[in-house]
Amino acid sequence: MSGRAGVSRRRFLTTSAGLVIGFTVLPKERLLALQQPGAAHALPPPNAFLRIGEDDTVTVILAHSEMGQGIWTTLPMMVAEELECDWSKIRVEAAPAAPVYAHPAYGMQMTGGSTTTWSELDRYRQVGAMAREMLIAAAAAQWKVDPSACRAERGFVTSGSRKASYGALAKAAQAQKPPATVKLKDRKDWKILGKPTRRLDSPQKVTGKAQFGIDVREPGMKVALVARAPVFGGKVKSFRAEKAKSVPGVRAVVEVPSGVAVVADHFWAAKVGREALDVDWDLGPGGSLDSVKMREDYRALAASEGMKAAAAGDVATALSSAKTRLDAEYEFPFLAHAMMEPLNCSVRLGPDSVEIWAGTQFQTGDQMAAAKILGLKPEQVTLHTTFLGGGFGRRANPVNDFVAEAVHVAKAAGVPVKVVWTREDDMRGGYYRPMWAHRLSVGLGADGAPVAWKQTIVGQSILDGTPFATMIKDGIDEASVEGVADSAYVAATPHHWVGLHSPRSAVPVLWWRSVGHTHTGYVMETMVDALAQAAGQDPLAYRRRLLKASPRHLGALELAAAKAGWGTPLPAGRFRGLAVHASFGSYVAEVAEVSVEKGKIRVHRVVCAIDCGICINPAGVAAQVESAVVYGLSAALYGEVTLKEGRVQQSNFDDYEVLRLDAMPKVEVHIVPSGEKSGGVGEPGTPPIAPAVANAVFAATGQRLRKLPLKLA
Amino acid sequence: MKLKINGALRDVEAPEDMPLLWVLRDLLGMTGTKYGCGVAQCGACTVHIDGEAVRSCATAVSEVKGRAVTTIEGLGATGLHPVQRAWIEADVVQCGYCQPGQIMAAAALIRIKPRPSDVEIDEALSGNLCRCGTYQRIREAVHRAAAMSAPGGKS
Repeated sequence: MSGRAGVSRRRFLTTSAGLVIGFTVLPKERLLALQQPGAAHALPPPNAFLRIGEDDTVTVILAHSEMGQGIWTTLPMMVAEELECDWSKIRVEAAPAAPVYAHPAYGMQMTGGSTTTWSELDRYRQVGAMAREMLIAAAAAQWKVDPSACRAERGFVTSGSRKASYGALAKAAQAQKPPATVKLKDRKDWKILGKPTRRLDSPQKVTGKAQFGIDVREPGMKVALVARAPVFGGKVKSFRAEKAKSVPGVRAVVEVPSGVAVVADHFWAAKVGREALDVDWDLGPGGSLDSVKMREDYRALAASEGMKAAAAGDVATALSSAKTRLDAEYEFPFLAHAMMEPLNCSVRLGPDSVEIWAGTQFQTGDQMAAAKILGLKPEQVTLHTTFLGGGFGRRANPVNDFVAEAVHVAKAAGVPVKVVWTREDDMRGGYYRPMWAHRLSVGLGADGAPVAWKQTIVGQSILDGTPFATMIKDGIDEASVEGVADSAYVAATPHHWVGLHSPRSAVPVLWWRSVGHTHTGYVMETMVDALAQAAGQDPLAYRRRLLKASPRHLGALELAAAKAGWGTPLPAGRFRGLAVHASFGSYVAEVAEVSVEKGKIRVHRVVCAIDCGICINPAGVAAQVESAVVYGLSAALYGEVTLKEGRVQQSNFDDYEVLRLDAMPKVEVHIVPSGEKSGGVGEPGTPPIAPAVANAVFAATGQRLRKLPLKLA
Repeated sequence: MKLKINGALRDVEAPEDMPLLWVLRDLLGMTGTKYGCGVAQCGACTVHIDGEAVRSCATAVSEVKGRAVTTIEGLGATGLHPVQRAWIEADVVQCGYCQPGQIMAAAALIRIKPRPSDVEIDEALSGNLCRCGTYQRIREAVHRAAAMSAPGGKS
């Protein structure tokens, strides 16, 4: 019966043999206080879970989703550091959806914004420390010694000649009162944190055993494909299902708000059935969408100032009196996330409950959406988070598209169902990185430094029209202007204006790895390169000058430049470009080595330096920066979703190309030693790669490319 | 029809034109082989047919009657295959979704080219996409697996 697994799982968490730690949610003020430096150590730990089995296994329950970024390893490292357990005994589980797993900074259970590691650094360490203290207390009681006479080490508590494993103590430890406070180790005493640590999820991922959402199979579960409108916002007018129903294996054809679902015994029957389906669509206004026309509209809008995002001084006067003035226009296309695992979601309805399996980044929202559709309370919705075959933002949807749709299909079909999107469905399903236009005028003083900086940004707001729209302040969605409004270059320019237009369209948009920085990083770093050229200065030397008040930018820049051998000779035909950009609390500089042959750009080597503050897993950081570079490079060289008569013109990897192995550059990642607060790591490596490559292309060809993807004239 | 999968005979009832991928995943419950594109563009569905790397999403099940199919589940029949071990040692995986296909492609390459060059690796594996960008580590892991598999290697 549906729902039972969820209930029994929760029961297991609270009653199974062995040590289980559960905390209540902290009031908001306490959470805010936790964000203050130095405050965390004085406070009791927030909610988290950990299970120590009688077989000595230590199971860490992850409040966040593993989508490749490596938290399946990083969060257990935090627990193990304080618990003093045997690393080989660590097991990991994804948490169910429940308020107790709310993100410490966001207050909802979700994964995004490159926040997991830094936001959980205290909570997961505190959990480990509490468990250690409870194990010690249990041993001390058993041995009738003072806890101070006991030591916890490598999975054992010892006192003199006495020794007991964590597993042997687990049951007794559970009866101990959790400590009210714990003291966390000084960073200098860390044995696990800060050390390169290999991934814990490799064994199941190299053997095909790891379960992704698309792999879910439950008794009686059917597979459904949904025929969705060919244009955004289109609706079903009518449909004829006879032919589809006659396909062997097709069990039902049902209408849902997003289209018509073909429910079958397996994917292939559902696909053949869907092809045989005949649907009349009411296209609505989305049928006239044209991305070429949108580009023109955006360019026109960029000529007017827009809403104020940042301003200082008198930019008009300063521009007119500047010694040199540079004007530039930029254009960025819609981008699909194109995760390797196409979207999918499995749903099984019960009489007063529902069970959902999904690779999702947004458990709280998905759970609420399902509850609303079914008239249930959120706690009646059991949500199992599987491994995610890539996320990149697409699986964190404020309007919960792929989960809500699957719930509708299961409700209409009356059977357990897994809704699978084909690659084409996924590519054409919207929720793209928005299309953007920028227009800049920058005036330079006699010394070549900017004295006036005027910039207007045009593009759809991601938050507009979602439950998070209340975060739009004075017409500014921060995600539209991040990287410009808070730019060190803009801040250092005495007279500046940053304006924003947020036109609406029927194309649904969403965050895409590094969000606003995907376009703002490109604009700022290619513009500064052009300014350096106009000032007759070396790009590195020029940035050093402009960023002299930004030591962390400089630290990353100097390290990348040194490791790349900036200024040293290159083989014939190779050229360097550099970029530095801050995002998600980290600072990344990249130097790209590029050649251009017959109009084709080839990237040979990328040297990266990241200052992510205190580094938790250097191996994970290197992997994420490599990954971010490749993701950004795919967009820089190929990425573009276009629309004509409302139809998305791309469909699969043959017409939406991404980087392949034969185009993979050598990527080196260097970490700036830092004692600063940890920053994000999953996204900050993406923004600098496209401008670094474009700046190298300029060095090679003299062409300033201001339209992405990069195409030489 | 009868299929020989990972050394065992399996009886399946499927339309002749049903891709092997969906027979494996939806009829036999072998979900290690992944769906990525359905048109032989991404390599996530790579399996071996008579030892050769083949895209199962674009291979009708009727084509493999009487031929030996090996999937990721059957690759390391007696423990991990050297390619799988190399993948773990080089810390290749991220989301992991494409990796069964990458590993099957790499294992087929090493079988015919025991010490492949970078160019040979690029040629053999450029049909296998990875959106997490693990390519550099894939190259490294293939070399590592080749060294392990070589006579005198630590396999």
